[in-house]
Amino acid sequence: MKQQNPTSSEAQQDVNAPKLTCTSETTLKPDGMLELYRYLKLTRLVEERLVNLYRQTKVVGGVFRSLGQEATAVGSAYALKPEDFVTPLIRDLGAVLVKGIRPREIFAQYMAKAWGPSGGRDLNIHFGDMSKGFVGPISHLGDMIPVMTGVLLAARMQKKDLVALAYIGDGGMSTGAFHEGLNFAAVQRLPLIIMAEYNYYAYSTPTSKQTAVKDLAEKAAGYGIPGHIVDGNDIIACYEVTRRAAEYARDGGGAVLIEAKTYRRKGHAEHDDQRYVPPEEIEWWEKNNDPVDRYENYLTEKKISTRERLEEITTDINRELDEDVAWAESSPMPEAEQAAYGVFDNNTVPPAFRPKVLKR
Amino acid sequence: MSTTLKKEHRSNRPARGGLATFVEAIRQGIWEEMERDASVFCIGEDVGVYGGAFKVTDGLLDEFGEDRVIDTPISEAAIVGAACGAALMGMRPVAEFQFIDFISAGFDMLTNYAAKCRYRWGANIAAVFRGPCGSGVHAGPFHSVNAESFFLNTAGLKIVEPSTAYDAKGLIKAAIRDPDPVIFFEHKKLYRLPRLREELPEDDYIVEIGKARIMREGRDLSIITFGAQVLTALDAAEELEKEGLDVEVIDLRTLSPLDKTTILNSVKKTSKVLVLHEASRTGGIGGEIAAIIAEEAFEWLDAPVVRVASIDTPVPYSPPLEEYYLPQVKDVLDAARKLARY
Ligand SMILES: Cc1ncc(C[n+]2csc(CCOP(=O)(O)OP(=O)(O)O)c2C)c(N)n1
Ligand SMILES: [Mg+2]
Repeated sequence: MKQQNPTSSEAQQDVNAPKLTCTSETTLKPDGMLELYRYLKLTRLVEERLVNLYRQTKVVGGVFRSLGQEATAVGSAYALKPEDFVTPLIRDLGAVLVKGIRPREIFAQYMAKAWGPSGGRDLNIHFGDMSKGFVGPISHLGDMIPVMTGVLLAARMQKKDLVALAYIGDGGMSTGAFHEGLNFAAVQRLPLIIMAEYNYYAYSTPTSKQTAVKDLAEKAAGYGIPGHIVDGNDIIACYEVTRRAAEYARDGGGAVLIEAKTYRRKGHAEHDDQRYVPPEEIEWWEKNNDPVDRYENYLTEKKISTRERLEEITTDINRELDEDVAWAESSPMPEAEQAAYGVFDNNTVPPAFRPKVLKR
Repeated sequence: MSTTLKKEHRSNRPARGGLATFVEAIRQGIWEEMERDASVFCIGEDVGVYGGAFKVTDGLLDEFGEDRVIDTPISEAAIVGAACGAALMGMRPVAEFQFIDFISAGFDMLTNYAAKCRYRWGANIAAVFRGPCGSGVHAGPFHSVNAESFFLNTAGLKIVEPSTAYDAKGLIKAAIRDPDPVIFFEHKKLYRLPRLREELPEDDYIVEIGKARIMREGRDLSIITFGAQVLTALDAAEELEKEGLDVEVIDLRTLSPLDKTTILNSVKKTSKVLVLHEASRTGGIGGEIAAIIAEEAFEWLDAPVVRVASIDTPVPYSPPLEEYYLPQVKDVLDAARKLARY
């Protein structure tokens, strides 16, 4: 289960390294592998659409990309059962899509539209759908870890056999909330899987300034739980390691920490010029270690699919996305007074309308 | 390669004074204090190499080095706690929250440690805790908060929020020199607002903490406000002037301790008061101000004190929702007209 991804500088020295593909051993059947490809490609294309919308100033807030690290979220979320829960972070759009959220909801949400899942009240993937096992995050990093511990405590009381998968960044792991939540889950032996995304940066801060350990997986020892390292750009490996972790957790083993080694090719958000990143580093990852390229190589080399078949899937996704973007664009903006509703159950507390000044 | 990159982007020492935006004024202030006093240092997430999410600390790393411009892990409790520890040792930390919303993760350290040290054992925490606050830029529920009320009910924390470039520089310098913990709110909408560019003096100056500023004198009605809402108040005052109403606008500048003298003098002059703020109405600082006026200047009032504030909801993301949430010039005009007729 342990494998190490080359850092960019190590890998750069090895000019003749063979083209990277994916781990060959998998329990996935060809249909599953193609479905997995669909989600991977969907994630990339949804983000590309978001960037276009952003450039047309149709996205109200920022766009935070997972370019180059999509396999981590997609592969791991795909290993769950439908009744399992995930809590993603901003760069885990792929997990949200695997959980069955439609791209149109994402577009409408980014565009602050009335038909978006939060009706324009919150942005990007800050929403949730309990029926689909998707617990949306807030901005405050680390806060979702204790929340998922609570989800699992409840599931145990309710005799529901499920696991939860929580994503966290190399930066987010430095928060107190992360530590408290995971520690609690570990002592309770709750089936919480932490997917720690080592992508070299937290905004501009390199991982070496976040933690003194070399691998985030080392931290598992401090919680008394197993830790694994996976190549985060190998979608099959991400799937397999999570599937096994879920089995272990479900069988009563308790929490598991998985570290995915990947790389954030874009800035923190679209506005970030990445001046703190040597450009050749980004180039190297783009050329040699792109998760979509790698999976396409794998599928074609193993003769699971032809290039043509993959292109058909892509065309099909684009058709869906054309429709979904159009749908989101056709949504009205929310009506102003909607701001006042929904703080409390409005059957017990009236909406917080603007007060009429000096009523008397 | 990374060094060449950094050189290209190297930000020079800001001018001493001169024409400056709000953000440049704060940067000048921190820079000058770091030059003046070797115990002043910056600490926070991405404040060094990146120069801060809003570039407030841009260039400081190159000038003052890694020891005095410290990039931290994403650990607000550690940022506040470490600032307190360093302050105990005689240093003067300037700690940044990337967005003031994340101050919640340092709340315990601020309210229990920083605020109570002097009272409990005479040890002062001379530290500044600063960051971008405020709504109106469609940043949603977690990047828009106005947090002053969370701290107003904690004795031992000074709270400052400027509305002009001149005050921003003078107050950040005063905050850094202050012997006690100061929370310094910077409304993000003001950072680069062309309207706020102004000529700053070349000479070293500070703006005293605890002193409000009369932004505009008037006889008929007082608007008491601070931060970005000062601009709303000034716009409303200009409109009301056309209607023959002479409005006084007070910028509190310091929210704790409040400048009661300036508030009460204005009440005694105009006898009609409108308190305006951006945080939600319930539990907002407006209630405190109204209570002070009721307790200490009731006889001078010709009408009840009126509050105009955001509604009691989180800050919504979508522009029409956020516009409804926030007090607009129109809301101030409506309230002021009714108050004038009272
Ligand atoms: C408690 C808290 N402090 C600060 C921030 C501001 N912030 C948002 S994302 C980010 C960097 C996150 O880095 P990482 O956890 O590595 O995730 P990545 O962006 O690499 O996916 C920071 C500092 C935050 N969201 N929450
Ligand atoms: Mg990261």
